[in-house]
Amino acid sequence: MEEVPQDCPGTSSAQAGKGASCQGCPNQRLCASGAGAAPDPAIEEIKEKMRTVKHKILVLSGKGGVGKSTFSAHLAHGLAEDESKQVALLDIDICGPSIPKMMGLEGEQVHQSGSGWSPVYVEENLGVMSVGFLLGSPDDAVIWRGPKKNGMIKQFLRDVDWGEIDYLVVDTPPGTSDEHLSIVQYLSAAHIDGAVIITTPQEVSLQDVRKEINFCHKVKLPIIGVVENMSGFICPKCKNESQIFPPTTGGAEVMCQDLKVPLLGKVPLDPQIGKSCDNGQSFLTEVPDSPATLAYRNIIQRIQDFCDLHNSKEEKLISC
Amino acid sequence: MEAAQETGNLTGIRQIILVLSGKGGVGKSTISTELALALRHSGKKVGILDVDLCGPSIPRMLKVQDKAVHQCDSGWVPVFVDQEQTISLMSVGFLLEKPDEAVVWRGPKKNALIKQFVSDVAWGDLDYLIVDTPPGTSDEHISAVEALRPYKPLGAILVTTPQAISVGDVRRELTFCKKTGLRVIGIVENMSGFVCPHCSECTHLFSKGGGEELARHAKVPFLGCVPLDPQLTKSLEEGQDFIQEFPKSPAFPAFISITQQILDGTLAQTS
Repeated sequence: MEEVPQDCPGTSSAQAGKGASCQGCPNQRLCASGAGAAPDPAIEEIKEKMRTVKHKILVLSGKGGVGKSTFSAHLAHGLAEDESKQVALLDIDICGPSIPKMMGLEGEQVHQSGSGWSPVYVEENLGVMSVGFLLGSPDDAVIWRGPKKNGMIKQFLRDVDWGEIDYLVVDTPPGTSDEHLSIVQYLSAAHIDGAVIITTPQEVSLQDVRKEINFCHKVKLPIIGVVENMSGFICPKCKNESQIFPPTTGGAEVMCQDLKVPLLGKVPLDPQIGKSCDNGQSFLTEVPDSPATLAYRNIIQRIQDFCDLHNSKEEKLISC
Repeated sequence: MEAAQETGNLTGIRQIILVLSGKGGVGKSTISTELALALRHSGKKVGILDVDLCGPSIPRMLKVQDKAVHQCDSGWVPVFVDQEQTISLMSVGFLLEKPDEAVVWRGPKKNALIKQFVSDVAWGDLDYLIVDTPPGTSDEHISAVEALRPYKPLGAILVTTPQAISVGDVRRELTFCKKTGLRVIGIVENMSGFVCPHCSECTHLFSKGGGEELARHAKVPFLGCVPLDPQLTKSLEEGQDFIQEFPKSPAFPAFISITQQILDGTLAQTS
């Protein structure tokens, strides 16, 4: 990717190619001609590529560290337990790609073929793609500004040979910035089923999650629902419950009521979740009797139901 | 390039500390806030610059989320958290019309605001300026480090939780520091164990030992472990001064120790 000037106004801005900071940029003429404002041809290319993908689910949160990647990984595992379904997990957290480690794929590399990049397969029916697979060492940092990150996301969507997939789960970094705008923009012609938004019970998380919900409304992204993670902890010794992250303002339940979005479920804190993730294993199969596993499974079912409903609505429209 | 270090709003600031982590949700804002409060209790004048534009957490932690910023001749006046004006804060949170308003900006626009936050806030005289950052190694971090470079920051504190997933991201942040020439003051391991209030059993909710091991591997100082304390979380939710309210909390000695190491480190640097 070419370097862009420090104060680049953005290729689709009215000032594109005309601002003072555009002087000397190799793309200045292109931007000034208005080409930057034209729709990116990649959007159509991605639409074509996504024809073989039945359902696309984004996992979002305004807040960092609430369990997006943990949830994405386990959503993918849960969906892939049905061997008749093909599942893909795309990690667009370019700076902090957690998914390779969580899926037990650390150190794996991506291979090129005639039909594009091959995802890395955990199971026959579960493929994964992440910038983590493109890095040589665990210490390698991806120190990129927005435009370069966007280019990577475009490549992930356009150049990966996903094949026929039932579910594409997209794990995102926290926030409402380049990565989020790009994924919504590049998938705009391909239709996203919806977003699952993760939070923890405390107000400091909910504060950011409300912004994320507003972001979804702004970009017309349907919201499948909210998951409240780290919702209570049961002491293994005395079995009393503690609220590690107290819901001082009513937690996700009150927020969902206020903003009229569904609450998909609450997942309690289980130290074995973190351990499974560190070991690259599926918590659902490692600790099948944990209340957290039950919570996850219920939530995954609700997401599947949402997607199936959309499926049958589409079929009805086509048959009319 | 202007000789910004000769004049400008940062000349009255003695030391600048960045709080970083590759990983989200490890407690950067919490550590930034508690560090500021602890430094204040040691008699220092502290400013906090919150450059997390998408998720500005600090105003609420200091109970000033309803305040607005004003302009003066030298730029924006930061919000004072207390009557004595010993802690001041600048955050994008103060510029939003509504608290739930999302800042949906791409990199270039974020960079422009961060530059303004660094050069156009009238901090006055401060002993410490703490810069809280969002997770990652992207626009905000590159811009903040570049804008602060002429003022020779004391360095960066890196926050992690004990688990490998977190440590994995923080290793990348260490690389970022190396590549940008930012000195690492040390690593703090947050959420390091939870002591059940009912039976005192300690559970390692987010695994154990990762922060200390990382510090050893990277040959940087290990500043200490901060345990999980729901009282701390509540303080932050309600904008209370944890350092004042909960001196008996298990997290309290950890913060005091980290602060002391910074004060000692500052003395060593400047002597």
